[in-house]
Amino acid sequence: MVKAQITPGAYYDSVSLMIISNAVKKIPGVTEALVGMGTDLNRELNRNNPNLNSPEVEKTTPNDFFVAANVNDEETWKTVLAKVEEKLNEKKEDAASNYYPASLDGALKVQPHTNIAVISVPGKGGHAYKVAQDCLKQGIHVMLFSDNVSIEEEKDLKTEAVKRGLLVMGPDCGTAIINHVPLAFANVVRPGNIGMVCASGTGTQEVSSIIDSLGGGVSQVIGTGGRDLKKDIGGIMFKHALQALIADAATKVIVLVSKPPYPPVQTEVLKMAKEGGKPTVVCFIGGNPEEPKSFGLVPAVSLEDAARKAVALSKGEEPKTFDGFDMSAAEIDSLVNEATKNLAPTQKYMRALYTGGTLCDESMKYLLPTCKRIFSNIPLQDNDKLENKDISREHTALDFGDDEFTVGRPHPMIDPSLRAERVLKEAGDKTCAVILVDCVIGYGSHEDPAADLADAIKKGKDKAKSEGRDVIVVASVCGTEGDPQGLSKTRETLKAAGAIVMPTNAQACRLVKKIIEKVA
Amino acid sequence: MENRVNVLFTKKIQIVNFGIKSFYDDNKKQGIPSVHVDWKPVAGGNKELANLLDDLL
Repeated sequence: MVKAQITPGAYYDSVSLMIISNAVKKIPGVTEALVGMGTDLNRELNRNNPNLNSPEVEKTTPNDFFVAANVNDEETWKTVLAKVEEKLNEKKEDAASNYYPASLDGALKVQPHTNIAVISVPGKGGHAYKVAQDCLKQGIHVMLFSDNVSIEEEKDLKTEAVKRGLLVMGPDCGTAIINHVPLAFANVVRPGNIGMVCASGTGTQEVSSIIDSLGGGVSQVIGTGGRDLKKDIGGIMFKHALQALIADAATKVIVLVSKPPYPPVQTEVLKMAKEGGKPTVVCFIGGNPEEPKSFGLVPAVSLEDAARKAVALSKGEEPKTFDGFDMSAAEIDSLVNEATKNLAPTQKYMRALYTGGTLCDESMKYLLPTCKRIFSNIPLQDNDKLENKDISREHTALDFGDDEFTVGRPHPMIDPSLRAERVLKEAGDKTCAVILVDCVIGYGSHEDPAADLADAIKKGKDKAKSEGRDVIVVASVCGTEGDPQGLSKTRETLKAAGAIVMPTNAQACRLVKKIIEKVA
Repeated sequence: MENRVNVLFTKKIQIVNFGIKSFYDDNKKQGIPSVHVDWKPVAGGNKELANLLDDLL
């Protein structure tokens, strides 16, 4: 039976409520649950879910807090309400022991020298735009994590920011490291002389983390949001940030990371980098390497290659292209032979299941020539759009951070459970030979993202074995030893579950390529 | 206008956080000066009412 409770005039942030929803769903006797504010989105989620579709929730307004659940009996409903109460009380107790001002003015009274705002309030309805505007007026740099900020709002904020000499990192910007402080989703990277400007979240994390593992370090990492280098925005913030790194004495080498920009914007950026005179590595994933070369800049063939070249340049060494493995060719061949020996003849396909969008994009661009077609929710070729995101087809790559998967759910780097469930599902598919996964650690990410994943890998491999076959899991961990979760510890957890753990996403993709070629 | 970004590079970072509270918690764990704003949508998210309030204030 479907039960609902509505509380008018209460407000809680969406991520907290999604986490509470997930906690409620785990209660025995609960088929479905939704805890949220009566926003358009939540009402739609309620309406479209045949196991909920509560008429009470349908009548709510954005001012109403609601709990709705499909439960076996009244007792379970009581347990649901008690669980929600318990979780909300944790929040209230925290609020009572800490003072949280209700406005920017209030915050500035407590901390008058505030210089960065991290904004993750809803973009829809102009909320994030309004908060960002208020911060810029106070001379505060903005990191805008929110999505659903319109192009017009983005352009307006960035134009205003540049006028005031300020940064607007975002919208939909997940990663920045300013003065060695990781903001939102970022890793603990050692201080150094490499400055980065990036229009990509996990791409930034991958490059900066590999820089750290190679013994290099970063001066500043500035995110711009993925749309900055597109035609509509014209690279306003990318160029502003690049100018700042060119003028920054602590930055000796610059790395630029993005998907290929709008060509005229790309030319402007490359020209500016050339005139800046600092050694610059350009990683426009899947772009033409001749473009940066023609400006005397250093193109990179992968995120890992960008990190390696930047570290070489920062030590005054000649940058060399790296497109191989840390292991020897013989070791890799033996690894592939060993991994594939127990596969059944039906197992031909790859399933790439990513929490990081740029890492997913990198894998598809690398593997497409081998796979010919990769079905995806973010396909490289229009015809390869997956009809149903929940059902893989032949070679499939999924970005679990894309909108289709995050409606009403936190980002998979915060809540990796959906991806873990999919690992288990793919392991049960008799056509799947290899599952390729990332595991992103660092601040902002789940406190132990490897735990759920390792559990799914182990169960998946056990299931395959019980059916007389094996399934290969190739993983890479994006992060550093300094991260709260720890790079080595995370790798060990995945290895212990039976995954082959490669040093980087690029090397993981190369190994998968060899496996696909072997089983084809 | 001077590029205040380069000025920022010389300052101690002090953060104001709006929205997801775990970002603020992470700052606190690292000892970064931070304030979390208990943000709620103006006028409960009613845009017309919020605009009216904006005009009044």
